[in-house]
Amino acid sequence: MNRASALSLWRERLFGTPFTGFITLVLAFAIAWVAVPLIRWALIDATWTGSTRADCAPGGACWVFVRARFGQFMYGLYPVDQRWRVDLAGILFVLGGLAAVFAPHRIRLEVALAMLVLLPPLGIWLLSGGFGLRYIETREWGGLMLTLFISIYASLIAIPLGILFALGRQSELRVIRLISIVFIEFWRGVPIIAVIFLASLLLPLILPGGIGIDRLARAVIGLGFVIAAYMAEAVRGGLQALPKGQGEAATALGLNYWKATGLVILPQALRISLPAMTNEFIALIKNTTLVLVVSILDLLGIAQASLADPNWVGMNMEAYAFSGAIYWLICFALSRWSRSLERKRRL
Amino acid sequence: MSSFLSFINDKRVRDWIYQIAAVVFLVGLTVFFVRNASENMVKAGIASGFGFLWRTSGIEVPFVLTGYTQSDNILALFWVGVANTMLVTVIAIVLATLLGFAIGIARLSSVWLVSAIAGAYVEFVRNIPLLFFVLFWYFGVIAALPAPRQSISVFGVAFLNNRGLTIPLPDGLENLRIAGLVILACVLAYWAFSVWARRRQARTGQHAPTLRAGLVLLLAVPLLTLTWAVLATRWDIPALRGFNYRGGFAVIPEFVALLAALVTYTAGFIAEIVRGGIQSVSHGQTEAGAALGLRPGQVLRLVTIPQALRVMTPPLTNQYLNVLKNSSFGAAIAYPDVVSLFMGSALNNTGQAIEIIAMTLAVYLVIGLAVSALMNWYNARIALVTR
Repeated sequence: MNRASALSLWRERLFGTPFTGFITLVLAFAIAWVAVPLIRWALIDATWTGSTRADCAPGGACWVFVRARFGQFMYGLYPVDQRWRVDLAGILFVLGGLAAVFAPHRIRLEVALAMLVLLPPLGIWLLSGGFGLRYIETREWGGLMLTLFISIYASLIAIPLGILFALGRQSELRVIRLISIVFIEFWRGVPIIAVIFLASLLLPLILPGGIGIDRLARAVIGLGFVIAAYMAEAVRGGLQALPKGQGEAATALGLNYWKATGLVILPQALRISLPAMTNEFIALIKNTTLVLVVSILDLLGIAQASLADPNWVGMNMEAYAFSGAIYWLICFALSRWSRSLERKRRL
Repeated sequence: MSSFLSFINDKRVRDWIYQIAAVVFLVGLTVFFVRNASENMVKAGIASGFGFLWRTSGIEVPFVLTGYTQSDNILALFWVGVANTMLVTVIAIVLATLLGFAIGIARLSSVWLVSAIAGAYVEFVRNIPLLFFVLFWYFGVIAALPAPRQSISVFGVAFLNNRGLTIPLPDGLENLRIAGLVILACVLAYWAFSVWARRRQARTGQHAPTLRAGLVLLLAVPLLTLTWAVLATRWDIPALRGFNYRGGFAVIPEFVALLAALVTYTAGFIAEIVRGGIQSVSHGQTEAGAALGLRPGQVLRLVTIPQALRVMTPPLTNQYLNVLKNSSFGAAIAYPDVVSLFMGSALNNTGQAIEIIAMTLAVYLVIGLAVSALMNWYNARIALVTR
């Protein structure tokens, strides 16, 4: 498109008719009325450098606060000299993911399975310690690292369970179907905040006496079960979208249920449900914030807790703006990715 | 041996074996958990059973609709929580629907800037956790409001400040009750009229002025009666005495913050549902309506909206159930809903974890199942009848 036609396109869009032009002008003024003070506060009048609250100019944002607290926002109270372990775990997860995606087609499944088996225990070892590394209690974990940890480990529970219950819901066996429906509808019907309370109160009660279970693990298990129910519904969408002939053809070839499901149905159904599953993962990241109610401090919890610091009184807006922006960026990027997957599938 | 092999290879037999195995596994797991729980409870000295519900609660609640006091029993506390959950849910659903429809329609506006702003709102709200909004409204906005002395006055009768919202309270309900009955009668009359008009049109083709009747019965008469009732009732209008407002009804800041968060968040999701619903009605339908000689307003009312509603109803119901479940986010700012009052305070005081958790979850499950049943009935009624 050349410049002249772009210009006329925008003129058409903004000032096509007198009425459109009038609305555009009114809204433009309204936007300016809101945006100008906001930009002045966030950028122009803001203070970027310094070390204490006194360095901040009144009337503008005090980004000094975010800089001073950046480590906490990212790692919580994780000991500063041990934070390389978190970074290393993060890098390993990214490398593992890339290896699984870019492995030669022939061995991709094996690589992915190896990563799935190796990485989660390796991550827990790096983060919590033992075998030569210093023990760091989960009480000290926090910030963005904890948000990502809970999201990833809860989905490690949720995705396999979800697939299993989605298959169960489609099963011909009546008892299995009933069990799956009850499981899915129960967890989808109750508030997640109640599930987190439930997990932190009931898990220690129903396990044999003497087995202590870490409170972070309880929250992860609770979230994992709820999200499993939502994942199951996402997978069911894919299973139902798959033409029935696929399963029938597999059976005609002499494959038994597990082979037909594993080799023919699931690979196709999961590809169809990937966008829906990504949306559930976004919901999981957003719902991770609820661990706040059992005093586990993820990114939002750390931001909220930082408001109580007597050295940094009145930093509410800065803390909310920073943590909100991080959540928004992560979720927005994921939702765009999910939408592009959806579009690719439709073509 | 071979007969055993053919027995075990029979698909029906194996299906039964799988199902029995699943049931045995489930029952075993349940027995294992229940035995552990009862052992652990004996060790902790907790008696099981629902007898604790009739003990005096002793918990003070800042926001009560049911006339509960501290000396009532724990069951009464449970109902306070349920009432507070329902209150915030119902109001949030109504407001979020209004805002969501407005944004969803704005998203489809032919004025580019209008649809761009609506789109930006949707993208902003959907990608941020609800808890963020709850905390933001509570600690960021409500806490930053002026003190009672400098309250923001709404037409001089309601006052918003950092201690919440104070609204006027009627002294007597007689006039309002009469107005309610009149409005109910109007709605019933309109319904009867439209049923009669539809039947007559189907039989004779004669058109009845349902729109005009609707304007009179659903808008003019109710507005007049309401105005009369409001003017005829004596209102207890809040007034500043000392450091805070006296009189009227004080809505706690937690309620205001939770409501604002639920409405702004849910509206973003409803807007997308509305947009999708309207876009799902193909353009040919609108053109066919116009070709039949319907005016644009009639096309919208008789062709587009009924079909869009059919697409929108299931996801809207889902959103409404989400509002019910999300109202529990109030627990994070101590809004006294059923989760924070019953699962929080009452559980802390009594230690009856299993009974209290079961009762709390039952509230959500019962309402959820009832709404799903209602929706299935409604969907079956409006579903396209195909061959």
